[in-house]
Amino acid sequence: MNITVGGEKKDVKDGITVSELIAQEKVETPEYVTVSVNEEFIKREDFDARKLKESDNVEFLYFMGGGAR
Amino acid sequence: MPFTNEQLERYSRHIILKEIGVKGQKKLLAGKVLIVGAGGLGAPAAMYLAAAGVGTIGIIDADEVDLSNLQRQVIHTTNDLGKPKVESAKETMLAINPDITVNTYHEFLDSTNVLDIFRDYDFILDGTDNFPAKFLINDACVLLKKPFCHAGIIRFKGQLMTYVPGEGPCYRCVFKNPPPKDAVPTCKQAGVIGAMAGIIGCMQALEAVKYLTGAGELLTGYLQTFDGLKGEWHKIKLPPADPDCAVCGTHPTILKPVDYEQAACDWHASRDEGVAEDNS
Repeated sequence: MNITVGGEKKDVKDGITVSELIAQEKVETPEYVTVSVNEEFIKREDFDARKLKESDNVEFLYFMGGGAR
Repeated sequence: MPFTNEQLERYSRHIILKEIGVKGQKKLLAGKVLIVGAGGLGAPAAMYLAAAGVGTIGIIDADEVDLSNLQRQVIHTTNDLGKPKVESAKETMLAINPDITVNTYHEFLDSTNVLDIFRDYDFILDGTDNFPAKFLINDACVLLKKPFCHAGIIRFKGQLMTYVPGEGPCYRCVFKNPPPKDAVPTCKQAGVIGAMAGIIGCMQALEAVKYLTGAGELLTGYLQTFDGLKGEWHKIKLPPADPDCAVCGTHPTILKPVDYEQAACDWHASRDEGVAEDNS
C-alpha cells in the first residue's frame, strides 16, 4: 500500500505498524521520536498496535538541540 | 514620531515593501525581542533584527567567545575571543545600527530569572543548545502568554516552529519532556555546518519581524524542517494544541518554570515543587 512519510510517497506492506515503520525507515533515536499520523500524535504506547492504512500521512518529529555552543 | 531622514534612508527597502511600509517599520522600532543564546542561531538573528531596526533587543548568554564558536557564530570575530558573548554581540549590533537599544544579560537562564527577563519583551527567540533551556523557554512563554520561536540545528539539518498563545501547539505539546542527557546528540558531539545556523537563525528573525509587523503567516501550528544535504524544506502540519499538555493543556501540572538538571543523569530528579502532582 502507499503511504506518505515525511512528505515522500512510500510503498509499504499492508497493515504495517508504526513500530515496524520506525524500524524500516531506520529512524534515528527511535526512543525519542514523536510520530504523527494524519496530523494526530500517536502515543508511544500505541506504536506497536497502531496499523497504518492506505494513503496515511506519517511524520517523524525529532528533538533538535543545537543552537548556541 | 516621524522618521528622521537617516531612518527613511536606512529602512527604505523595508518601507517600500507593501507588507511592511512606514507602519510596519514603526512597529519594528517599537518592538522588543529577546534572543536567548548569542550563539549559532542567535548570531544571525541578532544581526538581522538589529539591522531591521527592532527598537529593543535583549540578548542573554552566560558564555565567553571561544575559537570553536567562530565557524558559525558570525556576530563574533577573532578579536572577541574570551569576551562575554553578549558584549561582543552588542558591539556588532550597535555597529550595524546605532538606532536601537541592546539589553545584555550575562547569565544563565533558569527558573529564578526567566519570568522577570521575559516579561518585558514582545517576542522571544530560542537560540539555545540544550533541552532543559528549550523546555524552560517554552514553559515560561506559555505561563506569561508570550509568543516565541523555537529552533534547533544539527549536522546538515535544522528546524523551527512558532508558538503563539491560543493559536496552536506549544513545544511541549509536540515533545512532552526533555530527553535524558546524551540520549540525543548535540552539535558539540555531532557537528553542525555553519551555514545551517545562518539559515535557521534568519528564519527565526523573519518570524519575529512577521510577528511584530503582522506581515504574512507565522509558522504557528507547523514544524518547518530543512535538510541542507538535499536542499529540501518540509513544512509539517502539527496537530492542534494538546488538551493534555502538562503546561498549556486544560489541566496543567506545570504551574511555574522548572529547571531540568542538565548534569544529572535522571532529569526526573528535578521535578520538584515547581510541578504539581499529576492528578489527571
